Amino acid sequence: MVTRAISATESGSADNHFVPSVALGNNPIRIATAIVSTLPLLALGSILVVLFFNSLPAIKYNGFHFLTSKHWNPGNFYANPVTTNGVTHPILANYGAWPLIVGTLLSSLIAITIALPLSVGAALIVAKSLGPRLRNLLGVFFELLAGIPSVIFGLWGALTLGPLLARDVYPLLARHIPNVILLKYFRGTTGSGEGLLTSGIVLAIMIVPIIASTTRDLFLQVPKLTEDGASALGLTQWEVTRNVTFPWVSAGIIGATVLGLARALGETMAVAMISGSVLGSLPTNIYSTYTTIAATIVSQLDSALTDATGLAVDTLAEVALIIMVVTLLTNVGARILIKKVSTTSLPVGRGI
Amino acid sequence: MSNIPTIDTNLFVPRKRRRYINRVVFTLGTLALLLLISPSVWIIGQVLVRAIPHFSFSVITTNGVGLGGGLKNDIVGTTLITAGVGVVAGTIGILTGIYLSQFATGQVAGLLRGASEVLAGIPSIVIGYVGYIALVVHFHWGFSLGAGLITLSVMVIPYIAKTTEVSLRQVPSSYTEGAEALGFKPTRILRLITIKSALPGIVTGMIVALAISVGETAPLLYTAGYSQNMPHLAFTHSPVGYLTYAVWTFYNQPTVTAQRLSYDAAMLLIFMLLALIASSRIIVSRTQRHAETKG
Repeated sequence: MVTRAISATESGSADNHFVPSVALGNNPIRIATAIVSTLPLLALGSILVVLFFNSLPAIKYNGFHFLTSKHWNPGNFYANPVTTNGVTHPILANYGAWPLIVGTLLSSLIAITIALPLSVGAALIVAKSLGPRLRNLLGVFFELLAGIPSVIFGLWGALTLGPLLARDVYPLLARHIPNVILLKYFRGTTGSGEGLLTSGIVLAIMIVPIIASTTRDLFLQVPKLTEDGASALGLTQWEVTRNVTFPWVSAGIIGATVLGLARALGETMAVAMISGSVLGSLPTNIYSTYTTIAATIVSQLDSALTDATGLAVDTLAEVALIIMVVTLLTNVGARILIKKVSTTSLPVGRGI
Repeated sequence: MSNIPTIDTNLFVPRKRRRYINRVVFTLGTLALLLLISPSVWIIGQVLVRAIPHFSFSVITTNGVGLGGGLKNDIVGTTLITAGVGVVAGTIGILTGIYLSQFATGQVAGLLRGASEVLAGIPSIVIGYVGYIALVVHFHWGFSLGAGLITLSVMVIPYIAKTTEVSLRQVPSSYTEGAEALGFKPTRILRLITIKSALPGIVTGMIVALAISVGETAPLLYTAGYSQNMPHLAFTHSPVGYLTYAVWTFYNQPTVTAQRLSYDAAMLLIFMLLALIASSRIIVSRTQRHAETKG
């Protein structure tokens, strides 16, 4: 029975017995499918072109200090617009993306830190100590987890998890954690539950299916003979895992983690609901409210539309371009990494 | 895989201790697994607990009114958008998958496959933003069903293309060779043998894509817009409501009715998701007899 959409392992090993049907030559099916199959490429190209040309005025006006400045001031929409560097803009408009970039990176970093060890641990158990029946059941479970809409994660994070942690957990942490490097950011005011740590936790849950299911497939792909040989030498199951299994799949796990990172960097709705969406300031500790690039686009586009000069909308195109380039690089990097070391191909997008 | 693993475990450490470490690691792993299972049970449970006690069927049968009313327009809207995505993305995705598995070779295949994978990695809000600029503003479609479903289709085509390609590739070449030996024409082989055998995989890919369209918000906010009226069957110039918007817009409103609607919408989304997963299993087991046993 097929229990999961597609196991990543199957897709790689399928090439062995596959021969393209050359016999079909230049028949209509070939031509029709060839034309249609260029559409995703065209879509990708037009997304890049649209973003680039729409962000040009913003790039010109905001300049390089856009990346380092922390102000977010759309200017006065009601006064007469002025023109600087050939770009018409509302008077006093001043944009900086630094807090957005910091927020995006920090929340994703927290998510990866939580998700990676848990996913690898869980995948280890699923691959090594569970029977096929229970393994399939958990496969269905991760499928469901991957399918839960991000607004529902947001709803849960904002109304259930956040308030609970802010009431019972964060104050304890803030009081008892020692005041040393890095850990000192766990001290200070804990807020209402909307902020970095809460959204990091929720993001972690969201990227677990990607990392865990790929890691499980990688574990199952390690040749049984090699592992059995190691246990015949007298190694315990954990020693076999550490000495044989991990070296075999480590690069693949890094690939899966980077793919999960790309998903966390681009996640929009859940973060917009849990971050507190604060513009123009940097987080001061791990409980601080903040915002990310994606959350800013979704929460600011409405008001940006009231900017008659269009600069506000163009500035959002500029930040969209930044997040797009970053996720493109992480995605392509992950795929190159895993292609080099393994026959397992990485899942597409959300972990399919 | 050329690197031969070097074993750095000291086998002279007492056996008892090594066994103990083994047990500790696997206990930690089990804890990790439980820790991952619990939140999703918690999330779904929480939605049901908050939605069921107040649920009344008027939620399904009335349209939204301000911060209250029902979700009928949103249910119809979500269904319309999802059906539209099924047709548009389904056609394009399956044809792309057929081309990639049967015809494309070398660099062309690599380029198309890469583009599709990269497209799936683009954050949904970026696709939504481009959909807004290109379709809503530039093409003057306004907030509309058309803008929403095309934006969403761009997002899910890679999933359908990928699953179609992979499941077509898994059809054993002995099937097609056998048919060829019997004198079947290549197009008939593709239609009757290859696609039929790959059907379970293709269906699963389609259903994953539909599940994504049911649950997405960001690409729709600025393309489909929002409306509390029943959706018209117009492709352009008529905004459409959808369930995820209700969750997103009502959850932090100060009134109790609004928050309840948010949970109701979340519950309906979960039911739709479960229905899709269940139907995928049923269709797969029905079509399975044409395919060789897999997995």
